[in-house]
Amino acid sequence: MQLSRTARIALRVAAGLGFAIIYVPLALVLVNSFNPDRSASWPPPGLTFHWWSVAWENEGARAALWVSVKAGLGATAIALVLGTLIAFAVARHRFFGRDAISFVVVLPIALPGIVTGIALNSAFGTVLEPLGVGLGLFTVIVGHATFCIVVVFNNVVARLRRTSGSYEEAAMDLGADTFRAFVDITFPLVRSALLAGGLLAFALSFDEIVVTTFTAGPGIETLPIWIFNNMTRPQQAPVVNVVAAVLVLLSVIPIYVAQRLSADTAAESRI
Amino acid sequence: MTTTAQAAGRSPVRRLAGTLHRHPRLRLSLLLTAPLLWLAVLYLGSLAVLFVSAFWTTNSFTSEVVKVWSTDNFHALFTTPVFRQVILRSIGVALAVTVLCAVIAFPVAFYTARIAKPKWRPLLVVAILTPLWASYLVKVYAWRLILSQGGLADWMLKPFGMSGPGFGLLAAVIALTYLWLPYMILPIHTALEQLPASLLDASADLGGRPARTFRSVVLPMVLPSVAAGSVFTFSLSLGDYITVQIVGGKTQLIGNLVYSNIELNLPMAAALGTVPVVVIVLYLLAMRRTGALSSL
Repeated sequence: MQLSRTARIALRVAAGLGFAIIYVPLALVLVNSFNPDRSASWPPPGLTFHWWSVAWENEGARAALWVSVKAGLGATAIALVLGTLIAFAVARHRFFGRDAISFVVVLPIALPGIVTGIALNSAFGTVLEPLGVGLGLFTVIVGHATFCIVVVFNNVVARLRRTSGSYEEAAMDLGADTFRAFVDITFPLVRSALLAGGLLAFALSFDEIVVTTFTAGPGIETLPIWIFNNMTRPQQAPVVNVVAAVLVLLSVIPIYVAQRLSADTAAESRI
Repeated sequence: MTTTAQAAGRSPVRRLAGTLHRHPRLRLSLLLTAPLLWLAVLYLGSLAVLFVSAFWTTNSFTSEVVKVWSTDNFHALFTTPVFRQVILRSIGVALAVTVLCAVIAFPVAFYTARIAKPKWRPLLVVAILTPLWASYLVKVYAWRLILSQGGLADWMLKPFGMSGPGFGLLAAVIALTYLWLPYMILPIHTALEQLPASLLDASADLGGRPARTFRSVVLPMVLPSVAAGSVFTFSLSLGDYITVQIVGGKTQLIGNLVYSNIELNLPMAAALGTVPVVVIVLYLLAMRRTGALSSL
């Protein structure tokens, strides 16, 4: 299609505007963390590092970050195990209800978070409370793992479908048993898919707020919950600004790692 | 080598490996037991109980759940004006966000897929993907900063004698559009990138001007991808209640209604919660007809 000069220029301008829409808000969050003022009025009256040092000392934000990391690691570990198990079952076996399993795996992320949240909340209430187990970090991890399984599953199943089972068969012909073939052949083949899936699962858990709201016990505050609770308090606004800026900066890490791992697996599975 | 293999052959581990190898059904059940307990029993079980509880009622004095079967909640859903209004508003917001995303995404995707120099394209895809990794809450917070009084929006519109929209329904639509935009750009980008140049040349050879080629060749081939992207923009917008709480002012969407009913009337909250689920399923079924789901 030979587009006219005007059309090309118009598309360039429109795309430029599109990218501006995507990046101006993120840039604003970064700039605003240096805003000496407590209000978000633009332009800021000056720039200061003051709030960064205040935020560094903030106990609440630190504690919340730590809770988020623990919840993310726990959920990722469970999701890695369960997601990989399902991926092997689906990719290497034929059985009744195989399609249904792929569907159930996606469900926790496809349904609105609030539906998953209240479902788990009332289930925990009826099952765990009589046992004397209240809501806490443990229930957050269970909730997060439920919707993190899908990203691990997607990554691993895609890798397994691309690598045929003949490598394992060859290993077994050479005398390796099932476990040996897994350790020497299968695991190295899926390792980077596991890494990509684990990274995505952690990112998903680290960012989650809705399911967390309904599964966290009193006193358990993840970083998103902390931001949400402090966002509307003028006293805390500068610290929230800094935490938000740090999160924007941190989002570069998974992008970098995902690019290093293999651009296509990570990019596809985020969707 | 042979001797070690034979020695290993008698070891319990080796014997277990052999048993597993000879019994694929056993292997399969070992693989699936734990995940199925988690997903089918814990998750689907909770969902089922929630759905059933939508048919229960609450004692209006004690807020205790009364486990007596009744369809009152669903009846209230369709007859209470506030509920009807909020449901329609939520669907309207989800559709508006979807249309806005498609309108903004198309030129961006067209540029990244067909106009930008090929060596820049992978980098541009990364540039589209990056915001997906930035925190959801931070992105909504960014719009809270932009739209707050005296914020960036006010400052930019001041020279034209206008002020920003402030917090409200429009702000919620803008923030939701911003959140889900990459989910629309990516599938369109992929579709446009895979569009064979020969088809465009053929259309031109047959006398098609760019506008005609766009309408008769490009659009029909990209439409399934737009539909695929719309599944994300639509369903993610419909289930959202946090964004509305942050920038929506007093605006209420379905999610907010669910949230505000949980404490006092869980059965009603459950009934309200089925609305987005049913709407999303209907939307998925409608989109499946366009072939969108196979390209997900």
